[in-house]
Amino acid sequence: MNNPIVEKYFRMDNLPHIWCPGCGNGIIMLALAKAIDSLGLDKDKVCVVSGIGCSSRAPGYLDFNTLHTTHGRALAFATGVKLANPELEVIVISGDGDASAIGGNHLIHAARRNIGITTIVFNNNIYGMTGGQYSPTTPNGDLGTTAPHGNIDRPFDIAQLAAAAGATYAARSTVYHANQMEKMIETAIAHKGFSMVEVISTCPTYYGRKNKKGSAANMIAFLKDSFIDVKVAEKLPEEKKAGKFLMGEFKKEEGVVEYTVAYESIIERLKK
Amino acid sequence: MSKNIKLMQGNEACVEGALYAGMRFYAGYPITPSTEIAEKSAELLPTVGGKFIQMEDEIAGIAAAIGGALTGKKSMTATSGPGFSLKQENIGYAMIAEIPLVIVNVQRGGPSTGLPTAPAQGEIMQAKWGTHGDHPVIALSPSTVRETFDLTVRAFNLAEKYRTPVMLLTDEIVGHMREKIEIPEPGELEIYNRLEPVEGETYIPYGVREGDLVPRMAAFGSGHRYHVTGLFHDETGFPSNSTENAGFMLDRMMKKVEDNLDDLIEYEEYMLDDAEVCIFSYGSSARAAKTAIDQLREEGIKAGLFRAITIWPFAEKRVKALAEQFDNIVVAELNLGQYVYEVERVVKGAAKVSHVGKANGDVLTPAEIAAKVKEVL
Ligand SMILES: Cc1ncc(C[n+]2csc(CCOP(=O)(O)OP(=O)(O)O)c2C)c(N)n1
Ligand code: SF4
Repeated sequence: MNNPIVEKYFRMDNLPHIWCPGCGNGIIMLALAKAIDSLGLDKDKVCVVSGIGCSSRAPGYLDFNTLHTTHGRALAFATGVKLANPELEVIVISGDGDASAIGGNHLIHAARRNIGITTIVFNNNIYGMTGGQYSPTTPNGDLGTTAPHGNIDRPFDIAQLAAAAGATYAARSTVYHANQMEKMIETAIAHKGFSMVEVISTCPTYYGRKNKKGSAANMIAFLKDSFIDVKVAEKLPEEKKAGKFLMGEFKKEEGVVEYTVAYESIIERLKK
Repeated sequence: MSKNIKLMQGNEACVEGALYAGMRFYAGYPITPSTEIAEKSAELLPTVGGKFIQMEDEIAGIAAAIGGALTGKKSMTATSGPGFSLKQENIGYAMIAEIPLVIVNVQRGGPSTGLPTAPAQGEIMQAKWGTHGDHPVIALSPSTVRETFDLTVRAFNLAEKYRTPVMLLTDEIVGHMREKIEIPEPGELEIYNRLEPVEGETYIPYGVREGDLVPRMAAFGSGHRYHVTGLFHDETGFPSNSTENAGFMLDRMMKKVEDNLDDLIEYEEYMLDDAEVCIFSYGSSARAAKTAIDQLREEGIKAGLFRAITIWPFAEKRVKALAEQFDNIVVAELNLGQYVYEVERVVKGAAKVSHVGKANGDVLTPAEIAAKVKEVL
């Protein structure tokens, strides 16, 4: 592999990664590296934090200050890093379970504070690392090893959840739409405040196999056919939207004071 | 120079001590009877350029405190019983990732929500065994307001020196009582700062340089890009499944404590030299024990006190020697029997070990301790 982005941002000694063939995680990780490159960030000033899960292994492969924490807690650790050193560009990588089940409380509170952290959720609709149990984003009716008779839970919309909780940037893309995803990640990192990019990913090994979604290529083709941009959807008649999922930028609010900036202003005020 | 004498609460003294030691980051969640520590930190930290944050729960409190520590800041979190239970998973994380951190537990009546405003010493064993797996533990317990100040400074020093979380186990009595203390002048107490990577040398994040006690710690953002994980990792910091490596790394971590007992263990002895019975106590209970000893001596019973200041590691060598000297050791603690098991383990029958304690929210009185002493003699 002599992709210059890979060579510049990946820890070559730690490759190959542990992910299964056809797993979407690698696509998101590469898009993140490209977005960081486009922004021209100093590697020493980037901190990537994750929880536990297949997706949360990504920081081990990325050549930044990297922190692989406990299940669900990445945003809480990241909040400490960002507040203690606001100079750092803090990026959180989290699975759908990590971010919205065990870590759901941290997610809504980080969003509410509008702290300058970018969260990228690798949403594969399942618990990958533990072998295919249903997650808070597993569609109703789908199968998981702990939903052998069909999932009766109703799923979260993670991007909208973050937006409702106060995130000032919230968007969704898929691993099929890699270019758009990369742009969104770039926008999210440049954004001043809490930003969320939810990326619909593929887990052919568990979600795909359990739900008879076919090969990894079939799963990616499904993403291509089923997701439409919110802006496009606005102009479509109802019948054309049936069975489709929305992606795109759901929220982009500028000018809301970022948390660490607010804290610095207290420090400045107390100096007087 | 006029002396800096102040009347303050144990919890306030904890914050004053933390700031004296160089605390610049605090994250936590309010809970009685520890809340004043959060309040005082919120008030004072920004005045010295530090940061305070109230997180959404205690799990997030310790997580954020670890994050703060990784950026090079001296970091603390404080809580009480239920919150201490919630923090356990990330205490283990701080141990395996070797994060300098001070965790204060102002003990209250448990289990569960228990008796929120009542004192207890119920987390002596939880401090040692609360997080899963084998791990090194350092825990200190003050008896007075001034000692709360001193031991908070010491907790920071040990955390920095050994790169490990250090627990301060106070209780509702010590946390809330007010005493006059003289705040040490800057420079009067020694302050230890973590060692940073040597300039010009290749940085090995979890490798120990010749002559060092622990790996040197680079702050995130300082230019040494490295990986921190709660998985077993090798010297590079990256995960390793090798059983040989896991054994080596855990052994190295355990030895931080095992090989430095003399540096870590502190205790106080009161009227033990001529005593015929040894009362063994710590924290607020040791205050009652001292009064009991004075009363017993007035009645002609020569009692003395061994007061553990370092709870973990246990003062094994000294307690063994006490068992040779005394026929009777009376353990006084505010629980139904915790530290007493450690005393029994070490004494191994060489002396008779008895226990006086309770867990109903009342304090242990000098009269109760004295009565137990008379009963065993
Ligand atoms: C406290 C705790 N509970 C449970 C687990 C087990 N566990 C590890 S990863 C995981 C779920 C992972 O799913 P997700 O976050 O969606 O990430 P993915 O593996 O699919 O990328 C679980 C339940 C754990 N490590 N820690
Ligand atoms: S189990 Fe699923 S999510 Fe995990 S690496 Fe394999 S394909 Fe990816």
